[in-house]
Amino acid sequence: MSGSTQGQRAASIEQRVSAVQALLDDRGLNASAAVKELDRLAQEQWVPQNGARVVARAWTDPAFRKRLLTDGRSAVIELGLTMPKHHRHLVVLENTPTVHNVICCTQCSCTAFTLLGLPPDWYKDFEYRARIVRQSRTVLKEMGLNLPAHIEIRVWDTTADTRYMVLPVQPAETIGWPEERLASIVTRDSMIGVSRP
Amino acid sequence: MHDLGGKQGFGPVRYTLNAPAFHASWEVRANSLYAFAVGCGIFNMDEYRHAIERMEPRHYLAASYYERSLTGMATLCVEKGLVTPKELEQRAQGAFPLAIPSAPGRTNTATCKTFKSGDRVRVREDYVPGHVRMPAYIRGKAGIVVGASPAYPFPDGHAHGIEAKDEPTYDVRFRSEDLWPNS
Repeated sequence: MSGSTQGQRAASIEQRVSAVQALLDDRGLNASAAVKELDRLAQEQWVPQNGARVVARAWTDPAFRKRLLTDGRSAVIELGLTMPKHHRHLVVLENTPTVHNVICCTQCSCTAFTLLGLPPDWYKDFEYRARIVRQSRTVLKEMGLNLPAHIEIRVWDTTADTRYMVLPVQPAETIGWPEERLASIVTRDSMIGVSRP
Repeated sequence: MHDLGGKQGFGPVRYTLNAPAFHASWEVRANSLYAFAVGCGIFNMDEYRHAIERMEPRHYLAASYYERSLTGMATLCVEKGLVTPKELEQRAQGAFPLAIPSAPGRTNTATCKTFKSGDRVRVREDYVPGHVRMPAYIRGKAGIVVGASPAYPFPDGHAHGIEAKDEPTYDVRFRSEDLWPNS
């Protein structure tokens, strides 16, 4: 491609990752130690169960729900959750019987990853990024969510550092359940908006 | 290549339930490396996004998500003078494709209007050589402001290391019939 690479066989991707890491270590930045901790956070700490807790609390606590819809970032911090510095704002998108929200990032793959987990593979694929904004009803149907025509679909494209998550409608049969049990039915995909609990 | 919203020709989303975020351990590490670099101030998020956007289009399309991430971060490590392409290739024992050098960025406009929810706005018909977060599918289109976010550094400048004063950002709602009439 560009650079001094012509005629040379491309290094494997594993070798390229290791090369960058080793060179940062050489510069005294101690990348390897930091990366180990970041690996752990990405796989164990930044998980969709965080967002599920937020949803379950919103379903059971009307005052919290109101705070969450007004200032999402402060509300999730109340629950002991974190968001990176550059996610200065969390907008929580309330689904209703007539409005369904879905999130995407057409230009890269931005998400509220500390709450929803690192995004799933299909969210980062070109198919989802290209098509969800233009053919939302068709794409959702292909993905298994067939919304009736009277439900308006709102697609939120994460083009700035504002982050979004969907607050699904609580299934009627779960009214009165305890918060932990409610959290167990909230999936990552329902907080992205491509499925419903 | 990165500005894919509305681009035609793509087939069904390859959707699976409980789809993984990572498929291999190098992907986890690539993700952590860029987060580490941002955390220690080697580059900012706007520079990172822009470096990925500058990948040669055929490379961009053929690379997996985390290969794009790694290419963006390695490009910036070179451009910031931290490493050289030669060092990368020696360590990796082979070619290490990087992104294409940047076109010039732009700083904030002299006047910055502010809006409130309910205001009708129209997206400027700008064609920007450098980084811009406006997806092409809304260029010149009218919508309604539905929310305001705290101010952020102006990405068009922030991605280029030039002056980037904080500016408000807004959530603007467009009707799909306005964006893609008769589709």
